[in-house]
Amino acid sequence: MNLRLAWLRWSGRRPAVRAWALMAPGAAWLLLFFLLPLLFMFGSSFMPSRLYGGVDIGFTVEHYKRFFDPLYLWILWRTVLYSLACTALCLLAGFPVAYVISRAGSWKNLLVFLVVLPFWTSFIVRTFAIMFLMRDTGVINTVLLAIGLIDEPLALMPSAMAVMVGLVSGFLPFMVLPIYSSLEKLDPSLLEAAEVLGARPAERFTKIILPLSMPGIVAGSLLVFIPALGSFVTADLLGGGKSDMMGNLVQRQFTTAGNWPFGSASSFVMMAMVLMAVFVYLQQRDRAQAMGA
Amino acid sequence: MSVPVVEFRNVNKTFGAHKAARNISFSIDNGEFFSILGPSGCGKTTTLRLLAGFEEPDVDGGEVRIHGEVVNQRRPYERKLAMVFQNYALFPHLSVEKNVAFGLERQKVPTGEIGDRVKAALDMVRLDPTTFGSRAPAALSGGQRQRVALARALVLRPTLLLLDEPLGALDLKLRKEMQFELKSLNRRLGITFVYVTHDQEEALTMSDRIAVMDNARVAQLGTPPEIYEQPRTAFVARFIGESNFLDGATAGVGDKGVTYALRPERLDLLAPDSAASGKTQLPAAVKAVVYRGEMLHVRVVLDDGTELVAASRNEGQLRSPVPWKEGARCLAAFSTDDLRRLEAEPA
Ligand SMILES: Nc1ncnc2c1ncn2[C@@H]1O[C@H](COP(=O)(O)OP(=O)(O)O)[C@@H](O)[C@H]1O
Ligand SMILES: [Mg+2]
Repeated sequence: MNLRLAWLRWSGRRPAVRAWALMAPGAAWLLLFFLLPLLFMFGSSFMPSRLYGGVDIGFTVEHYKRFFDPLYLWILWRTVLYSLACTALCLLAGFPVAYVISRAGSWKNLLVFLVVLPFWTSFIVRTFAIMFLMRDTGVINTVLLAIGLIDEPLALMPSAMAVMVGLVSGFLPFMVLPIYSSLEKLDPSLLEAAEVLGARPAERFTKIILPLSMPGIVAGSLLVFIPALGSFVTADLLGGGKSDMMGNLVQRQFTTAGNWPFGSASSFVMMAMVLMAVFVYLQQRDRAQAMGA
Repeated sequence: MSVPVVEFRNVNKTFGAHKAARNISFSIDNGEFFSILGPSGCGKTTTLRLLAGFEEPDVDGGEVRIHGEVVNQRRPYERKLAMVFQNYALFPHLSVEKNVAFGLERQKVPTGEIGDRVKAALDMVRLDPTTFGSRAPAALSGGQRQRVALARALVLRPTLLLLDEPLGALDLKLRKEMQFELKSLNRRLGITFVYVTHDQEEALTMSDRIAVMDNARVAQLGTPPEIYEQPRTAFVARFIGESNFLDGATAGVGDKGVTYALRPERLDLLAPDSAASGKTQLPAAVKAVVYRGEMLHVRVVLDDGTELVAASRNEGQLRSPVPWKEGARCLAAFSTDDLRRLEAEPA
């Protein structure tokens, strides 16, 4: 008891000490299970690789050089392209959904609940569900064959399109929620004020709704783009090896190919991409804040 | 006779099962300062939104006319009017200048002219364009935001300006100042003002005419003196100023069941043994005395239980002990000319 009081009295006069004490458990966790492995990986990405995932002592940039092989650059390019396309599709599909929910009055909570409902199952299960839908003997082909619209199954998957379907359906809620939350805060009287001042529907959208929901759009895009960059289950199950993304490359280096240093180097190339995306986001946000929004 | 700027003809508006406007009729002349006055929830904003075009009257729910033309189906931007919103509704992502320029940009006014007119509009509401032009609305005080909202509306040179409780959020001193400025803008620019307020004093001091609303209806339409001197219903008599209510039989002027209004300042209190004057004199007992500095309010009870308040100005006679004591007998005296026969209120 006295000890507790003494601690409270001592630390009360030293807010920084208290802050550190509160952060310690989380910080220790991150240090041990995130920062440390990351450092090991960074180190090994500059070391010669041995058979079966081993690492030799030494320094080399061969893994980074190897990455500039057209084969890998192509995978990197495809990853960025898929992730951008996925982000754009999520934005196009997600914005109207978010807008409708933000205007849905007493239905809001139910609709938000429906948007997050997919999170109740794991990502892998949802991806398998899409397989059941799209494969040759899947629901879509069975129905189309049964009603006689087609004579033989459509080759829906494996394909780039199937990967895109998987990515968009997996990440759509991450786009909807932040946009919804910024549209929710939009005061409807702003739109009325704009209307009296002569703004037609299209102008009310571009001049009021869009700029005021920009924080949500940027946050949502980031929340979709980053996990899309790192995804590998989708391309694995729905792309059938022909639409490999960086995630698949990294995963293979750490498992079947057994080249940990190259896998590490590939990871860091990807991380550089993510950091660039975050950088763009921060700049955007600072600009928005400078506007006083 | 010229065409009224605004005309409501038996306008009705229903939200679900709730009637928010019932048979609203009035017309407003060019340049008039017209107020819609009433307690919260009586339908003032709904009436203003019907005029602005955000709400449409019910089917067969009457006509809204602007400059003689029926505008029931017209969108707000087709009605050539300007509006100041209750919470100002400034665009938070645009600077003061950009807010004021918004309407001009929509009308594709040339850029050079926009700059000049924005400046002139800010000057008109006494906001320095160089100091405030580039600020964000969030960096302004309530009074300054109010002025920006006003400039944003005036810059379009409207002939009709709607204001929904524009001064509600300001403190008393600023409110008085803005009341004066709004009134002078109305006079100087010749713009017709339709002004919604729940503040009876504000409506009395600023308006050319007032529509007093009660329970989704216009309870009375008239100039401030008409409304104050000739209240039509008990609601109006009570809402604008204070009033005593007497039954016709009690007052000795009419039938039982008909109510008459009598302003407190028209009721005199006399000593119980006063000689008969030309006035009606009813015996009463003093119930409470409230000294208010410039005024003295004395509450009395007539022998039939009717409570009345008599207000008298302090013209020096109250310097020494106040003449009335609780429980004292007196005569409540009034001239029957000052009684106002009230109409029954619609259900
Ligand atoms: N869009 C709407 N939907 C349902 N009821 C409404 C709507 N707008 C106003 N009302 C109702 O109509 C009545 C009058 O509202 P309003 O015109 O805003 O009153 P005031 O401005 O005089 O305070 C209120 O009871 C309010 O709840
Ligand atoms: Mg209102």
